[in-house]
Amino acid sequence: MMGIGKVLYVTGNEAVVEGAIAAGCRFYAGYPITPSSEIAEEMSKRLPAIGGIYVQGEDELASINMIIGASMAGAKAMTATSGPGYSLMQEGLGLAIATETPIVIVNVMRAGPSTGIASKAWQGDIMQARFGSHSDYEIISLYPSSVQEAFDLTVEAFNLSETYMTPVILLSDGVLARMRERLYVKDQNELNIVNRKKPTESPESYMPYKRGEDYIPIIANFGEGYFVLKDSLTHDERGYYYERPDVQAKFVLGLTEKIRRNANKIYRWEEAYTDDAEVLFVASGVIGRIASVMVREARAEGKKWGIFRPISIWPFPEDPLRRAARNASKVITIEMSVGKLIYPVKWSLRDGQDVSVLPWLSYEPPSPDDLLNLLEVKA
Amino acid sequence: MMELKLQHPLEKYIRSEKMPTTWCPGCGIGTIVQSFLKAVDELGLDPKDLVMVSGIGCTGRVPHYLRFDGAHVLHGRAIPVALGIKLANPKLKVVVWGGDGDIASIGGNHLIHAARRNADLTVIMVNNFIYGLTGGQVAPTTPKETVTYTSPYNPDSKPFDIVKLVAAAGATYVARWSTAYPVLLKESIKKALNHKGFSFIEVISQCPEIFGRINGFREPYDLYLKIKKIGQIRRGISPFDAKYDWNEEISLGEFVNREEPTYLEQLEEIKKKAMGEKV
Repeated sequence: MMGIGKVLYVTGNEAVVEGAIAAGCRFYAGYPITPSSEIAEEMSKRLPAIGGIYVQGEDELASINMIIGASMAGAKAMTATSGPGYSLMQEGLGLAIATETPIVIVNVMRAGPSTGIASKAWQGDIMQARFGSHSDYEIISLYPSSVQEAFDLTVEAFNLSETYMTPVILLSDGVLARMRERLYVKDQNELNIVNRKKPTESPESYMPYKRGEDYIPIIANFGEGYFVLKDSLTHDERGYYYERPDVQAKFVLGLTEKIRRNANKIYRWEEAYTDDAEVLFVASGVIGRIASVMVREARAEGKKWGIFRPISIWPFPEDPLRRAARNASKVITIEMSVGKLIYPVKWSLRDGQDVSVLPWLSYEPPSPDDLLNLLEVKA
Repeated sequence: MMELKLQHPLEKYIRSEKMPTTWCPGCGIGTIVQSFLKAVDELGLDPKDLVMVSGIGCTGRVPHYLRFDGAHVLHGRAIPVALGIKLANPKLKVVVWGGDGDIASIGGNHLIHAARRNADLTVIMVNNFIYGLTGGQVAPTTPKETVTYTSPYNPDSKPFDIVKLVAAAGATYVARWSTAYPVLLKESIKKALNHKGFSFIEVISQCPEIFGRINGFREPYDLYLKIKKIGQIRRGISPFDAKYDWNEEISLGEFVNREEPTYLEQLEEIKKKAMGEKV
């Protein structure tokens, strides 16, 4: 897979910056918060040097709203934060969803709730990534497990946001943020970069929120002469606010169906030893990587274990998991929390299938043996 | 036979299909929008180069009715959205519309930081002394002598004079007018639209349906006369000598107009440094 790109030895946070720049991100606004701040620091150095813009917002509310504005004017824009800051951004996230404005939000998960422990990892925001903002919507959220994947999925996050005209949440955590690994930064020629579609009809007949068969609208950027209205309020195909039940229903269905109907194209996951797995482990992020080592070692000892690592946490890869778990008498999620992934796992599987959680409640990542010991204690 | 077609000279800027507006009879916002559109017309600006951004509130509805690009966003967040738009496409003239609650209460932090940065934006804040769209609650601009539905015994604290606030925060164009002076307001908006950097115009406006009704000004005209009476034009005074007093005087005029490096210019400097370091 070596090509004409460059090889670096960097942290997960730095890989996100490399991925964002490779994807075409030229606007960053953020507010300092551990353990995401290195993303802001690196962006403040790199973006102006390539003609981009870095702004340190006066708070997280400013930051997310600035990137929404930048994207409305055509820029690929991003912010990065952690738990408390991510909570503050939820209303802005809803605005990006409602106006169908592509942005990428990186949430480097830390121990909580509330301010918790700033520099330590946790996996507590899996459900917040899905349900954090109010009312009806669907979201896309990706969760890498290595420095290389942090780069690759940051590029993917921008591509998905531009394709589906929606915010994408890139989850990371305090471990991935600061661990250092080899990174191959792909050259532009090796990357598939997606840019949002532009309208082709005349401004007179153009309707920014009209949906085709794929349910994805083609929305003009500001300054292109289409006189588009991007409204936080419930709006019709023209973008016009109306307080009417049919407009509200169509609005909400549009936002949800564009993701639901394309879920099969968005699902990303990794699985191993699932064909005959009697016990299937489900884990994400760095914990997913550690769990896969545990499973590989158990296979060497003859145990019929398998591993499933969701990469698109949302939409959750329900059908792939159902297939992977078809022979499993037990499905166990391994999580750095009291249990969040267990919910979409339960929703995906048939009634009566034994699903439980193995919570690793230390903010230091476990070794494969730590997980085995914990499993024995639990059994 | 020739068909005679009559069109209002400003109708080309209006989304007529969105009429009628949500505003109450006697509301001052229409007067202010007309001053704005006349300013745009007289300056000969290309509508394609204008973007209207607003938050939530009666004034927040302005972009709904104007045929420019528009973003009607969250309560309090119009300024950061506007700044993002401007930075991503500097050729656009970005105008923020908001009420006193939207701009000076929930959005207050963004207001002072936009002023500090000398952000290349024009902010038009319509001050009607009250939260109108939500039905008449107290605002940070509500005079001590008046009542609202959440300050029936008068407000608990003194009002903010936003002119002083933004001037202290570093705004490079600051003016205050009222609906009683639509022509002076129009001239001021023309200056603001051509101003380099952050321009802020507060417009004292009448809300007869709610504020007027509960404060003894039943007719729009009565409230208009009150605003006209207390609005005293003071040319050349410092913003810190301007008065914001319901009984005596709310000072009107242009209080700040100076040139300083704008936010975009400052970011250009940073780009130059960053590119220089790279070589």
